[in-house]
Amino acid sequence: MTTKTLLLAALATTLMAGTAMATDIKIGVLNDRSGVYADLSGEGSVIAARMAVEDFDAANKDINVEIVSADHQNKPDVASNIARQWYDQDGVDIIVDVPTSSAALAVSEVTREKDKVFINSGAGSTALTGDQCSPNTIHWTYDTYALAKGTGGAMVAQGDTNWFFITADYAFGHSLEEETTKVVEAAGGEVMGTARHPFPGTDFSSYLLQAQSSGADVIGLANAGGDTVNAIKQAAEFGITQAGQNLAGLLIFITDVHALGLQAAQGLVLTESFYWDLNDQTREWSERFAAENGGKMPTMVHAGVYSGVMHYLKAVEATGGKDTAELMSAMKDTPTDDPLFGQGEVRADGRKIHDMYLFQVKTPEESSGPWDYYNLLATIPAAEAFRPMEEGGCALVTQ
Amino acid sequence: MVELFGIPPQALFGQLLLGLINGSFYALLSLGLAVIFGLLNIINFAHGAQYMMGAFVAWMMLTYFGVNYWWALLLVPLAVGATGIVLERLMISRLYHLDHLYGLLLTFGLALVIQGLFRNYYGVSGLPYSIPAELSGGTNLGFMFLPTYRGWVVVASLAVCLGTWFAIERTQLGAYLRAATENPSLVGAFGINVPRMITLTYGFGVALAALAGVLAAPIYSVNPNMGADLIIVVFAVVVIGGMGSILGAILTGFGLGIVEGLVKVFYPEASAVAVFVIMALVLLVKPAGLFGRVA
Repeated sequence: MTTKTLLLAALATTLMAGTAMATDIKIGVLNDRSGVYADLSGEGSVIAARMAVEDFDAANKDINVEIVSADHQNKPDVASNIARQWYDQDGVDIIVDVPTSSAALAVSEVTREKDKVFINSGAGSTALTGDQCSPNTIHWTYDTYALAKGTGGAMVAQGDTNWFFITADYAFGHSLEEETTKVVEAAGGEVMGTARHPFPGTDFSSYLLQAQSSGADVIGLANAGGDTVNAIKQAAEFGITQAGQNLAGLLIFITDVHALGLQAAQGLVLTESFYWDLNDQTREWSERFAAENGGKMPTMVHAGVYSGVMHYLKAVEATGGKDTAELMSAMKDTPTDDPLFGQGEVRADGRKIHDMYLFQVKTPEESSGPWDYYNLLATIPAAEAFRPMEEGGCALVTQ
Repeated sequence: MVELFGIPPQALFGQLLLGLINGSFYALLSLGLAVIFGLLNIINFAHGAQYMMGAFVAWMMLTYFGVNYWWALLLVPLAVGATGIVLERLMISRLYHLDHLYGLLLTFGLALVIQGLFRNYYGVSGLPYSIPAELSGGTNLGFMFLPTYRGWVVVASLAVCLGTWFAIERTQLGAYLRAATENPSLVGAFGINVPRMITLTYGFGVALAALAGVLAAPIYSVNPNMGADLIIVVFAVVVIGGMGSILGAILTGFGLGIVEGLVKVFYPEASAVAVFVIMALVLLVKPAGLFGRVA
């Protein structure tokens, strides 16, 4: 009896669904698949996008989703070429992820030109929702303002007001340095000097020594991934922290902590928008993710790709098509709610806001094993974590 | 305080010393390349990958078998050198009668394959390898804090470089090798097994790369891209020194390390290109390199 009812129900649903047109969506995951950012984005972001499609149950909602991926090698020219080809020839509707701010800004421009959708998770530059904002771009996971506010704010609050920056010499590093400088100067501190290193770098000892002789309280590392790992490792070697200076890794991902080992990373204060061990929902999702990702836990970039794709698919379902303008306004009008970032919203300038967290890396004794790395120090509420819209200079806001 | 070009002299000494340390890696790597090119006429593009393998094999030995750093210094070059010998026998030896370009393409392809394999299994974030207890800590020199390990790298690199130079330029074995490069058939006629000598030479060059990898493991992160990041600079070093010149490779390696160190102080943004600017200038003035013989 129940079987018969089920069958009938299934038949009825199929017939009803058959009357509506199925929507074909092609998602392009564009990121670094071979270089310094491959572990924090890379294949993990493809897995995250796939999980979003599965969890959204797109197949039963008459949305056919195909996912493609490519390696932009952290180069803006390569990134914009792939984006162009995807939009023009391969029928891609939305590009997600794109770490490396210079590449992200290039993809944002191409996306605007082709009137498609770009949800960025991996890049940090606030320019994406500031003076270079676009009606087609959403910046999901974090940005340099939030990092500066979190980590920079925490360091300044403990009395470390004089800074020396070791900065990756491209859009992201510059943006992170600039935002942190504002935090430092607002607290009455001073920037004693800056060394801008080619990206990616290998040897940081020269910059560390310059930082040491500058007499600053804090050495701010305005870089990411392998660069940050190397700089922290070498700072320990040159006895920088023993000599009384503090290190501030302004952007540290959990994969970096894993690479450094707790012995070298313990005590670091860092800002992230996601950690796998925050609550039951993040743990459940992350366990599933790790099972597909060779046992490696997700970074906030992976979580952001999942959450962004989920929000996009909801908009596709709600609007029943893929008209870019409708999708973008649906995504901005509907509050976001997902298991990884909780509740939030996408602002008019394209900035997605949610709580940010200030973590401290555990000591080897405190940790129960691999990936058990963070103690939560503070939660920065969504309303305070990101740059207020009117300060960004985004043309979409002033209109 | 007296300042030179706006930099206190203490800071300048510190930077010169750091340049020397980085130069040690350039010298060791370019030495291996020069030995291989000088005696085999093969441009070994897999050198960076072999350097990376050195670091990885050291990490594997420590993690899986508990082999410590000191044994790794000996065993890793032997193990990676052996893979070099296999490579030379199976593939590279088939290309000697062809243009340089084929050897370059083969080794370049091999480098990509090796890097891809390691990337697939270990990711790119890098693996931790600690400095051995005997060499941790450091000394305050007054103008800078010198980590003991970095000092050790300079000493080890200098010793290996000079030993290699001596073996090739001043011993009987070295004389055979140099003769075999000039005229293999004549040397073969004297009853010397030239192909075996060439195979062993390639193995030795690869072992030098692996040794540099072991030395680098504790200070740079052990990751699949570590060789690719360095190899281009090392090629520039070899070109500046003169292709195939042993002494040229050693001196230019240390010299360019120092020049790069200075650029990092005065204009860090340019440090990545400084070596190539020098290369272009040297090639304009002396196309055979600083120590190269005109071909």
